[in-house]
Amino acid sequence: MTEDAWFAGVDPGDTEATASRIREGSADAPADWPAAAVDSGFAADEDKYYERLRAASIEAARTAAAEAERADDKQLMHAVRAMDDAERTANELAERLGEWAGSLFEESGMGVDAARELAQREPQDSTEERVVSLAGRVADLADERDALREYVERRAPEVAPNMAEMAGPVLTARLVSLAGGLDSLAKKPSGTVQVLGAEDALFAHLAGRASSPKHGVIYVHEAIRGTRPQDRGSAARALAGKLAIAARIDHYSGDVRPEIHDELRERIETIRARAEEDDE
Amino acid sequence: MTQNQLPTGVERRSFDGRERLATRGKTVYGEPTDGEWRLWDAGRSKLGAMLELGMGTGLSGGESVLYLGAASGTTVSHVADFSGPTYAVEFAPRPVRDLVGVAEDRKNLFPLLKDARKPETYTHVVESDLDVLVQDVATRGQADVAVRNRQFLADDGRLLMAVKARSEDVTSDPGAVFDGVVSRLEDAYEILETERLDRFHSDHLGIVARPK
Repeated sequence: MTEDAWFAGVDPGDTEATASRIREGSADAPADWPAAAVDSGFAADEDKYYERLRAASIEAARTAAAEAERADDKQLMHAVRAMDDAERTANELAERLGEWAGSLFEESGMGVDAARELAQREPQDSTEERVVSLAGRVADLADERDALREYVERRAPEVAPNMAEMAGPVLTARLVSLAGGLDSLAKKPSGTVQVLGAEDALFAHLAGRASSPKHGVIYVHEAIRGTRPQDRGSAARALAGKLAIAARIDHYSGDVRPEIHDELRERIETIRARAEEDDE
Repeated sequence: MTQNQLPTGVERRSFDGRERLATRGKTVYGEPTDGEWRLWDAGRSKLGAMLELGMGTGLSGGESVLYLGAASGTTVSHVADFSGPTYAVEFAPRPVRDLVGVAEDRKNLFPLLKDARKPETYTHVVESDLDVLVQDVATRGQADVAVRNRQFLADDGRLLMAVKARSEDVTSDPGAVFDGVVSRLEDAYEILETERLDRFHSDHLGIVARPK
Protein backbone atom coordinates (compact mmCIF):
# COMPACT_ATOMS: atom_id res chain seq x y z
CA MET A 1 0.00 0.00 0.00
CA THR A 2 2.64 2.49 1.10
CA GLU A 3 4.73 1.50 -1.92
CA ASP A 4 2.08 3.22 -4.08
CA ALA A 5 2.51 6.55 -2.28
CA TRP A 6 3.94 9.46 -4.22
CA PHE A 7 6.93 9.59 -1.88
CA ALA A 8 7.74 5.88 -1.88
CA GLY A 9 11.32 5.06 -2.81
CA VAL A 10 12.33 8.57 -3.87
CA ASP A 11 14.89 10.90 -2.39
CA PRO A 12 13.01 13.56 -0.37
CA GLY A 13 15.25 16.31 -1.72
CA ASP A 14 14.69 15.32 -5.35
CA THR A 15 11.70 17.51 -6.25
CA GLU A 16 11.87 16.47 -9.89
CA ALA A 17 11.48 12.81 -8.97
CA THR A 18 8.68 13.38 -6.44
CA ALA A 19 6.87 15.67 -8.91
CA SER A 20 7.04 13.03 -11.60
CA ARG A 21 5.60 10.46 -9.14
CA ILE A 22 2.70 12.83 -8.43
CA ARG A 23 2.00 13.12 -12.16
CA GLU A 24 2.37 9.45 -13.11
CA GLY A 25 1.46 7.49 -9.98
CA SER A 26 -1.71 5.80 -8.77
CA ALA A 27 -2.97 3.86 -5.75
CA ASP A 28 -5.93 1.57 -5.09
CA ALA A 29 -7.17 3.77 -2.28
CA PRO A 30 -6.13 6.84 -0.35
CA ALA A 31 -4.41 6.30 3.00
CA ASP A 32 -2.99 8.27 5.88
CA TRP A 33 -0.05 9.35 3.74
CA PRO A 34 1.38 11.90 6.21
CA ALA A 35 1.71 9.23 8.92
CA ALA A 36 3.10 6.70 6.43
CA ALA A 37 5.68 9.24 5.26
CA VAL A 38 6.83 9.91 8.81
CA ASP A 39 6.98 6.14 9.53
CA SER A 40 9.03 5.45 6.43
CA GLY A 41 11.45 8.26 7.23
CA PHE A 42 10.52 10.37 4.20
CA ALA A 43 9.76 13.29 6.51
CA ALA A 44 10.70 13.93 10.13
CA ASP A 45 7.20 15.13 11.03
CA GLU A 46 3.92 16.11 9.43
CA ASP A 47 4.91 19.73 8.93
CA LYS A 48 7.99 18.62 7.01
CA TYR A 49 5.80 16.20 5.01
CA TYR A 50 3.39 18.94 3.94
CA GLU A 51 6.30 21.19 3.07
CA ARG A 52 7.68 18.54 0.71
CA LEU A 53 4.25 17.73 -0.69
CA ARG A 54 3.74 21.40 -1.41
CA ALA A 55 7.03 21.73 -3.29
CA ALA A 56 6.42 18.53 -5.27
CA SER A 57 2.78 19.28 -6.11
CA ILE A 58 3.56 22.83 -7.25
CA GLU A 59 6.39 21.53 -9.44
CA ALA A 60 4.17 18.74 -10.84
CA ALA A 61 1.25 21.07 -11.61
CA ARG A 62 3.51 23.67 -13.15
CA THR A 63 5.32 21.28 -15.49
CA ALA A 64 2.17 19.37 -16.44
CA ALA A 65 0.31 22.60 -17.26
CA ALA A 66 3.24 23.95 -19.26
CA GLU A 67 3.51 20.75 -21.28
CA ALA A 68 -0.19 20.72 -22.05
CA GLU A 69 -0.02 24.34 -23.16
CA ARG A 70 2.91 23.64 -25.44
CA ALA A 71 0.43 21.66 -27.52
CA ASP A 72 -0.48 25.10 -28.64
CA ASP A 73 -2.46 26.66 -31.42
CA LYS A 74 0.56 28.12 -33.19
CA GLN A 75 2.03 24.67 -33.84
CA LEU A 76 -1.34 23.50 -35.10
CA MET A 77 -1.52 26.48 -37.48
CA HIS A 78 1.91 25.75 -38.92
CA ALA A 79 1.06 22.08 -39.33
CA VAL A 80 -2.24 22.59 -41.15
CA ARG A 81 -0.71 25.24 -43.43
CA ALA A 82 2.20 22.93 -44.21
CA MET A 83 -0.28 20.15 -44.88
CA ASP A 84 -2.17 22.26 -47.37
CA ASP A 85 1.06 23.44 -49.01
CA ALA A 86 2.35 19.88 -49.27
CA GLU A 87 -0.91 18.81 -50.88
CA ARG A 88 -1.02 21.68 -53.34
CA THR A 89 2.64 21.31 -54.28
CA ALA A 90 2.33 17.54 -54.68
CA ASN A 91 -0.60 18.01 -57.04
CA GLU A 92 1.15 20.72 -59.03
CA LEU A 93 4.31 18.70 -59.42
CA ALA A 94 2.31 15.58 -60.25
CA GLU A 95 0.67 17.50 -63.07
CA ARG A 96 4.01 18.69 -64.44
CA LEU A 97 5.34 15.15 -64.07
CA GLY A 98 2.34 13.67 -65.87
CA GLU A 99 2.91 15.97 -68.80
CA TRP A 100 6.59 15.14 -69.00
CA ALA A 101 6.20 11.41 -68.43
CA GLY A 102 3.47 11.31 -71.08
CA SER A 103 6.04 12.26 -73.68
CA LEU A 104 8.33 9.40 -72.62
CA PHE A 105 6.10 6.54 -71.56
CA GLU A 106 2.96 5.42 -73.41
CA GLU A 107 0.95 4.15 -70.45
CA SER A 108 1.70 6.82 -67.81
CA GLY A 109 -1.27 8.56 -66.19
CA MET A 110 -1.74 11.75 -64.21
CA GLY A 111 -1.78 12.52 -60.52
CA VAL A 112 -0.05 11.39 -57.33
CA ASP A 113 -0.92 7.71 -57.81
CA ALA A 114 0.69 7.72 -61.24
CA ALA A 115 3.74 9.40 -59.73
CA ARG A 116 4.04 6.59 -57.15
CA GLU A 117 4.08 4.01 -59.98
CA LEU A 118 6.57 6.03 -62.00
CA ALA A 119 8.90 6.27 -59.03
CA GLN A 120 9.27 2.45 -59.10
CA ARG A 121 10.59 2.44 -62.68
CA GLU A 122 14.19 1.68 -63.59
CA PRO A 123 15.43 4.71 -65.59
CA GLN A 124 17.03 3.84 -68.97
CA ASP A 125 18.77 7.13 -69.76
CA SER A 126 19.55 10.49 -68.23
CA THR A 127 16.15 11.96 -69.15
CA GLU A 128 14.21 9.10 -67.55
CA GLU A 129 16.47 9.43 -64.54
CA ARG A 130 15.17 12.97 -63.99
CA VAL A 131 11.57 11.99 -64.49
CA VAL A 132 11.74 9.01 -62.12
CA SER A 133 13.57 11.09 -59.54
CA LEU A 134 10.90 13.80 -59.73
CA ALA A 135 8.23 11.12 -59.33
CA GLY A 136 9.96 10.00 -56.14
CA ARG A 137 9.79 13.57 -54.76
CA VAL A 138 6.08 13.78 -55.52
CA ALA A 139 5.42 10.50 -53.71
CA ASP A 140 7.47 11.66 -50.71
CA LEU A 141 5.62 14.93 -50.60
CA ALA A 142 2.29 13.10 -50.61
CA ASP A 143 3.54 10.92 -47.74
CA GLU A 144 4.56 14.03 -45.82
CA ARG A 145 1.08 15.47 -46.32
CA ASP A 146 -0.44 12.28 -44.84
CA ALA A 147 1.92 12.47 -41.86
CA LEU A 148 1.01 16.12 -41.30
CA ARG A 149 -2.67 15.24 -41.42
CA GLU A 150 -2.14 12.57 -38.74
CA TYR A 151 -0.34 15.13 -36.60
CA VAL A 152 -3.18 17.63 -36.97
CA GLU A 153 -5.73 14.95 -36.11
CA ARG A 154 -3.84 14.09 -32.94
CA ARG A 155 -3.09 17.63 -31.76
CA ALA A 156 -6.30 19.54 -32.58
CA PRO A 157 -8.33 17.81 -29.82
CA GLU A 158 -5.62 18.78 -27.29
CA VAL A 159 -5.57 22.42 -28.40
CA ALA A 160 -9.31 22.92 -28.86
CA PRO A 161 -11.28 19.95 -27.51
CA ASN A 162 -14.76 21.36 -28.02
CA MET A 163 -14.10 22.65 -31.52
CA ALA A 164 -12.43 19.40 -32.56
CA GLU A 165 -15.40 17.44 -31.27
CA MET A 166 -17.81 19.69 -33.17
CA ALA A 167 -15.98 20.36 -36.43
CA GLY A 168 -13.41 17.58 -36.63
CA PRO A 169 -9.66 18.16 -36.24
CA VAL A 170 -8.79 19.37 -39.75
CA LEU A 171 -11.57 21.95 -40.05
CA THR A 172 -10.76 23.13 -36.51
CA ALA A 173 -7.12 23.63 -37.51
CA ARG A 174 -8.18 25.53 -40.66
CA LEU A 175 -10.42 27.89 -38.68
CA VAL A 176 -7.67 28.53 -36.11
CA SER A 177 -5.24 29.15 -38.96
CA LEU A 178 -7.56 31.53 -40.83
CA ALA A 179 -8.26 33.51 -37.67
CA GLY A 180 -4.54 33.70 -36.84
CA GLY A 181 -4.70 31.74 -33.59
CA LEU A 182 -7.18 30.36 -31.08
CA ASP A 183 -7.15 33.58 -29.07
CA SER A 184 -8.21 35.71 -32.03
CA LEU A 185 -10.75 33.09 -33.14
CA ALA A 186 -12.25 33.22 -29.65
CA LYS A 187 -12.71 36.98 -30.04
CA LYS A 188 -14.48 36.79 -33.41
CA PRO A 189 -18.27 37.10 -33.66
CA SER A 190 -20.06 34.10 -35.11
CA GLY A 191 -20.83 35.99 -38.33
CA THR A 192 -17.10 36.22 -38.98
CA VAL A 193 -16.54 32.55 -38.16
CA GLN A 194 -19.32 31.77 -40.63
CA VAL A 195 -17.48 33.37 -43.59
CA LEU A 196 -13.83 32.65 -42.64
CA GLY A 197 -12.21 31.44 -45.83
CA ALA A 198 -14.74 33.22 -48.05
CA GLU A 199 -12.98 36.57 -47.88
CA ASP A 200 -13.04 37.09 -51.68
CA ALA A 201 -16.77 36.56 -51.82
CA LEU A 202 -17.28 38.75 -48.75
CA PHE A 203 -15.37 41.69 -50.20
CA ALA A 204 -17.12 41.29 -53.54
CA HIS A 205 -20.36 41.52 -51.59
CA LEU A 206 -19.23 44.57 -49.61
CA ALA A 207 -18.24 46.23 -52.90
CA GLY A 208 -21.79 45.64 -54.07
CA ARG A 209 -20.87 43.09 -56.70
CA ALA A 210 -22.33 39.95 -55.22
CA SER A 211 -24.75 38.51 -52.67
CA SER A 212 -23.40 37.82 -49.20
CA PRO A 213 -21.52 34.54 -48.82
CA LYS A 214 -23.40 31.92 -46.82
CA HIS A 215 -20.31 30.17 -45.57
CA GLY A 216 -16.54 29.92 -45.75
CA VAL A 217 -14.47 26.82 -44.97
CA ILE A 218 -17.19 25.48 -42.68
CA TYR A 219 -19.08 24.35 -45.80
CA VAL A 220 -17.22 20.99 -45.57
CA HIS A 221 -19.05 20.27 -42.30
CA GLU A 222 -21.74 17.61 -42.48
CA ALA A 223 -24.28 19.95 -40.85
CA ILE A 224 -24.12 22.12 -43.97
CA ARG A 225 -23.36 19.59 -46.69
CA GLY A 226 -26.11 17.30 -45.47
CA THR A 227 -28.68 20.10 -45.50
CA ARG A 228 -30.59 21.04 -48.66
CA PRO A 229 -29.23 24.14 -50.46
CA GLN A 230 -32.00 26.59 -49.51
CA ASP A 231 -31.51 25.83 -45.79
CA ARG A 232 -27.71 25.92 -45.82
CA GLY A 233 -27.61 29.57 -44.79
CA SER A 234 -29.53 28.73 -41.60
CA ALA A 235 -27.38 25.68 -40.97
CA ALA A 236 -24.19 27.72 -41.48
CA ARG A 237 -25.42 30.38 -39.02
CA ALA A 238 -26.26 27.74 -36.41
CA LEU A 239 -22.95 25.93 -36.84
CA ALA A 240 -20.90 29.14 -36.80
CA GLY A 241 -22.69 30.29 -33.64
CA LYS A 242 -21.84 27.10 -31.77
CA LEU A 243 -18.29 27.02 -33.15
CA ALA A 244 -17.71 30.56 -31.91
CA ILE A 245 -18.87 29.48 -28.45
CA ALA A 246 -16.74 26.32 -28.60
CA ALA A 247 -13.68 28.42 -29.53
CA ARG A 248 -14.27 30.68 -26.51
CA ILE A 249 -14.63 27.74 -24.13
CA ASP A 250 -11.49 26.13 -25.57
CA HIS A 251 -9.51 29.32 -25.30
CA TYR A 252 -10.68 30.62 -21.94
CA SER A 253 -11.43 27.51 -19.92
CA GLY A 254 -10.32 24.45 -21.88
CA ASP A 255 -12.83 22.04 -20.34
CA VAL A 256 -15.18 19.84 -22.35
CA ARG A 257 -18.84 20.90 -22.42
CA PRO A 258 -21.03 18.16 -23.80
CA GLU A 259 -24.13 20.38 -23.80
CA ILE A 260 -23.13 22.63 -26.70
CA HIS A 261 -22.85 19.63 -29.01
CA ASP A 262 -26.38 18.54 -28.11
CA GLU A 263 -27.65 22.06 -28.73
CA LEU A 264 -26.14 22.12 -32.23
CA ARG A 265 -27.52 18.68 -33.06
CA GLU A 266 -31.01 19.76 -32.03
CA ARG A 267 -30.82 22.98 -34.00
CA ILE A 268 -29.68 21.22 -37.20
CA GLU A 269 -32.47 18.65 -36.82
CA THR A 270 -35.00 21.48 -36.57
CA ILE A 271 -33.61 23.11 -39.72
CA ARG A 272 -33.71 19.83 -41.62
CA ALA A 273 -37.27 19.19 -40.52
CA ARG A 274 -38.26 22.11 -42.75
CA ALA A 275 -37.50 19.98 -45.81
CA GLU A 276 -39.89 17.30 -44.56
CA GLU A 277 -42.61 19.88 -43.88
CA ASP A 278 -42.21 21.23 -47.41
CA ASP A 279 -42.55 17.73 -48.82
CA GLU A 280 -45.94 17.27 -47.22
CA MET B 1 -30.08 34.70 7.77
CA THR B 2 -27.02 33.73 9.74
CA GLN B 3 -28.44 30.91 11.83
CA ASN B 4 -25.20 29.03 11.19
CA GLN B 5 -21.90 30.33 12.43
CA LEU B 6 -19.13 31.21 10.08
CA PRO B 7 -15.94 29.16 10.42
CA THR B 8 -13.06 30.67 12.35
CA GLY B 9 -11.02 32.67 9.90
CA VAL B 10 -14.07 33.90 7.96
CA GLU B 11 -15.66 37.14 9.06
CA ARG B 12 -18.18 39.64 7.87
CA ARG B 13 -16.43 42.93 7.20
CA SER B 14 -17.65 46.15 5.81
CA PHE B 15 -16.84 46.80 2.13
CA ASP B 16 -18.38 49.86 0.48
CA GLY B 17 -20.89 50.08 3.30
CA ARG B 18 -22.08 46.45 2.96
CA GLU B 19 -21.32 43.52 5.24
CA ARG B 20 -19.52 40.96 3.13
CA LEU B 21 -17.51 37.78 3.72
CA ALA B 22 -13.75 38.07 4.06
CA THR B 23 -10.72 35.89 4.85
CA ARG B 24 -7.14 36.67 5.78
CA GLY B 25 -4.47 35.93 3.19
CA LYS B 26 -2.51 37.28 0.27
CA THR B 27 -4.70 38.83 -2.42
CA VAL B 28 -5.23 36.73 -5.53
CA TYR B 29 -7.36 38.46 -8.14
CA GLY B 30 -7.29 42.13 -7.21
CA GLU B 31 -10.12 41.78 -4.69
CA PRO B 32 -10.73 44.69 -2.27
CA THR B 33 -9.10 44.48 1.14
CA ASP B 34 -9.83 45.81 4.61
CA GLY B 35 -6.54 45.73 6.50
CA GLU B 36 -5.37 42.14 6.35
CA TRP B 37 -8.84 40.91 5.37
CA ARG B 38 -9.75 40.39 1.71
CA LEU B 39 -13.24 40.27 0.27
CA TRP B 40 -14.71 36.84 -0.53
CA ASP B 41 -17.26 37.64 -3.22
CA ALA B 42 -20.24 35.29 -3.00
CA GLY B 43 -21.09 36.24 -6.58
CA ARG B 44 -17.83 34.69 -7.74
CA SER B 45 -17.77 31.69 -5.42
CA LYS B 46 -20.42 29.02 -4.91
CA LEU B 47 -19.04 28.03 -1.53
CA GLY B 48 -19.06 31.71 -0.60
CA ALA B 49 -22.71 31.85 -1.64
CA MET B 50 -23.52 28.80 0.49
CA LEU B 51 -21.99 30.50 3.54
CA GLU B 52 -23.63 33.82 2.71
CA LEU B 53 -27.01 32.10 2.50
CA GLY B 54 -26.45 30.59 5.94
CA MET B 55 -26.33 26.94 4.89
CA GLY B 56 -25.13 24.52 7.59
CA THR B 57 -21.75 23.75 6.10
CA GLY B 58 -20.42 22.42 9.40
CA LEU B 59 -17.16 24.29 8.78
CA SER B 60 -15.47 25.57 11.91
CA GLY B 61 -12.02 26.36 10.49
CA GLY B 62 -8.83 24.30 10.31
CA GLU B 63 -10.40 21.37 8.42
CA SER B 64 -8.53 19.20 5.93
CA VAL B 65 -10.07 19.70 2.50
CA LEU B 66 -10.23 18.15 -0.94
CA TYR B 67 -11.47 20.75 -3.42
CA LEU B 68 -12.62 19.47 -6.83
CA GLY B 69 -12.89 21.99 -9.65
CA ALA B 70 -10.46 24.55 -8.26
CA ALA B 71 -10.22 26.46 -11.56
CA SER B 72 -7.88 29.46 -11.20
CA GLY B 73 -8.03 29.18 -7.43
CA THR B 74 -10.40 32.04 -6.61
CA THR B 75 -12.51 30.12 -4.08
CA VAL B 76 -9.84 27.66 -3.04
CA SER B 77 -7.58 30.55 -2.01
CA HIS B 78 -10.19 31.60 0.55
CA VAL B 79 -10.70 28.00 1.66
CA ALA B 80 -6.97 27.60 2.22
CA ASP B 81 -6.99 30.83 4.24
CA PHE B 82 -9.17 29.27 6.96
CA SER B 83 -8.44 25.53 6.53
CA GLY B 84 -5.71 22.98 7.21
CA PRO B 85 -4.15 20.93 4.38
CA THR B 86 -6.10 21.77 1.20
CA TYR B 87 -5.82 19.65 -1.92
CA ALA B 88 -6.98 21.49 -5.06
CA VAL B 89 -7.86 19.41 -8.14
CA GLU B 90 -8.34 21.06 -11.52
CA PHE B 91 -8.41 19.40 -14.94
CA ALA B 92 -7.82 22.29 -17.35
CA PRO B 93 -4.16 23.27 -17.84
CA ARG B 94 -4.71 26.99 -18.42
CA PRO B 95 -6.32 27.81 -15.04
CA VAL B 96 -3.79 25.55 -13.29
CA ARG B 97 -1.11 28.06 -14.19
CA ASP B 98 -2.95 30.65 -12.03
CA LEU B 99 -3.69 28.05 -9.37
CA VAL B 100 0.03 27.37 -9.01
CA GLY B 101 0.56 31.09 -8.36
CA VAL B 102 -2.09 30.98 -5.61
CA ALA B 103 -0.44 27.90 -4.08
CA GLU B 104 2.96 29.59 -4.05
CA ASP B 105 1.57 32.24 -1.71
CA ARG B 106 0.15 29.65 0.71
CA LYS B 107 1.78 26.94 2.79
CA ASN B 108 -1.18 24.55 2.97
CA LEU B 109 -2.43 24.46 -0.63
CA PHE B 110 -1.48 21.58 -2.93
CA PRO B 111 -2.42 22.03 -6.61
CA LEU B 112 -3.10 18.92 -8.70
CA LEU B 113 -3.64 18.89 -12.46
CA LYS B 114 -5.96 15.87 -12.41
CA ASP B 115 -9.35 14.75 -13.67
CA ALA B 116 -11.85 14.62 -10.77
CA ARG B 117 -13.73 11.88 -12.63
CA LYS B 118 -10.63 9.67 -12.19
CA PRO B 119 -9.74 9.75 -8.47
CA GLU B 120 -7.38 6.78 -8.98
CA THR B 121 -4.94 9.26 -10.53
CA TYR B 122 -4.54 11.10 -7.21
CA THR B 123 -5.25 8.48 -4.53
CA HIS B 124 -1.48 8.17 -4.12
CA VAL B 125 -1.24 11.86 -3.15
CA VAL B 126 -4.45 12.89 -1.40
CA GLU B 127 -4.76 11.49 2.11
CA SER B 128 -7.73 9.59 3.51
CA ASP B 129 -10.13 10.66 6.30
CA LEU B 130 -10.46 14.26 5.13
CA ASP B 131 -12.94 16.51 6.92
CA VAL B 132 -14.45 18.21 3.87
CA LEU B 133 -14.98 17.50 0.18
CA VAL B 134 -15.85 20.67 -1.76
CA GLN B 135 -17.08 20.08 -5.28
CA ASP B 136 -17.68 22.64 -8.01
CA VAL B 137 -17.11 20.88 -11.31
CA ALA B 138 -18.92 21.80 -14.51
CA THR B 139 -19.15 18.39 -16.09
CA ARG B 140 -21.94 15.96 -16.85
CA GLY B 141 -22.25 13.38 -14.08
CA GLN B 142 -21.57 15.68 -11.15
CA ALA B 143 -23.18 13.22 -8.72
CA ASP B 144 -20.92 10.41 -9.98
CA VAL B 145 -17.88 12.56 -9.31
CA ALA B 146 -19.01 13.09 -5.71
CA VAL B 147 -19.71 9.39 -5.25
CA ARG B 148 -16.34 8.35 -6.65
CA ASN B 149 -14.52 10.81 -4.39
CA ARG B 150 -16.37 9.64 -1.28
CA GLN B 151 -13.31 7.45 -0.50
CA PHE B 152 -11.29 10.47 0.64
CA LEU B 153 -13.83 11.59 3.24
CA ALA B 154 -13.88 10.60 6.87
CA ASP B 155 -17.13 8.89 7.94
CA ASP B 156 -18.16 12.03 9.80
CA GLY B 157 -16.89 14.30 7.00
CA ARG B 158 -18.93 16.72 4.92
CA LEU B 159 -19.64 17.06 1.24
CA LEU B 160 -20.22 20.69 0.19
CA MET B 161 -21.31 20.67 -3.41
CA ALA B 162 -22.57 23.14 -5.98
CA VAL B 163 -24.52 21.52 -8.82
CA LYS B 164 -24.69 23.33 -12.14
CA ALA B 165 -27.91 22.38 -13.90
CA ARG B 166 -26.72 23.39 -17.34
CA SER B 167 -23.75 21.03 -17.17
CA GLU B 168 -26.06 18.06 -16.79
CA ASP B 169 -28.70 18.86 -19.36
CA VAL B 170 -29.46 22.19 -20.97
CA THR B 171 -32.87 21.23 -22.21
CA SER B 172 -34.41 20.00 -18.93
CA ASP B 173 -35.83 22.11 -16.20
CA PRO B 174 -33.15 22.80 -13.53
CA GLY B 175 -35.45 21.48 -10.79
CA ALA B 176 -35.71 18.11 -12.55
CA VAL B 177 -31.94 18.01 -13.06
CA PHE B 178 -31.34 18.70 -9.35
CA ASP B 179 -33.76 15.89 -8.37
CA GLY B 180 -31.78 13.48 -10.53
CA VAL B 181 -28.45 14.56 -9.07
CA VAL B 182 -29.72 14.33 -5.48
CA SER B 183 -31.17 10.86 -5.99
CA ARG B 184 -27.90 9.56 -7.49
CA LEU B 185 -26.01 11.20 -4.64
CA GLU B 186 -28.13 9.31 -2.11
CA ASP B 187 -26.36 6.08 -3.12
CA ALA B 188 -23.37 7.21 -1.10
CA TYR B 189 -24.46 10.21 0.94
CA GLU B 190 -27.12 11.33 3.34
CA ILE B 191 -28.39 14.74 2.22
CA LEU B 192 -28.48 17.23 5.09
CA GLU B 193 -29.53 20.39 3.31
CA THR B 194 -30.13 21.77 -0.17
CA GLU B 195 -30.69 25.32 -1.26
CA ARG B 196 -30.88 27.10 -4.60
CA LEU B 197 -27.99 29.53 -5.05
CA ASP B 198 -29.86 31.61 -7.65
CA ARG B 199 -29.42 34.83 -5.71
CA PHE B 200 -25.70 34.59 -6.54
CA HIS B 201 -25.46 31.90 -9.23
CA SER B 202 -28.41 31.14 -11.49
CA ASP B 203 -29.42 27.49 -11.98
CA HIS B 204 -27.12 26.22 -9.24
CA LEU B 205 -28.03 24.09 -6.25
CA GLY B 206 -25.98 24.03 -3.05
CA ILE B 207 -25.88 20.67 -1.27
CA VAL B 208 -24.58 19.73 2.18
CA ALA B 209 -24.30 15.96 2.74
CA ARG B 210 -22.46 13.40 4.83
CA PRO B 211 -21.23 9.92 3.87
CA LYS B 212 -23.66 7.06 4.46
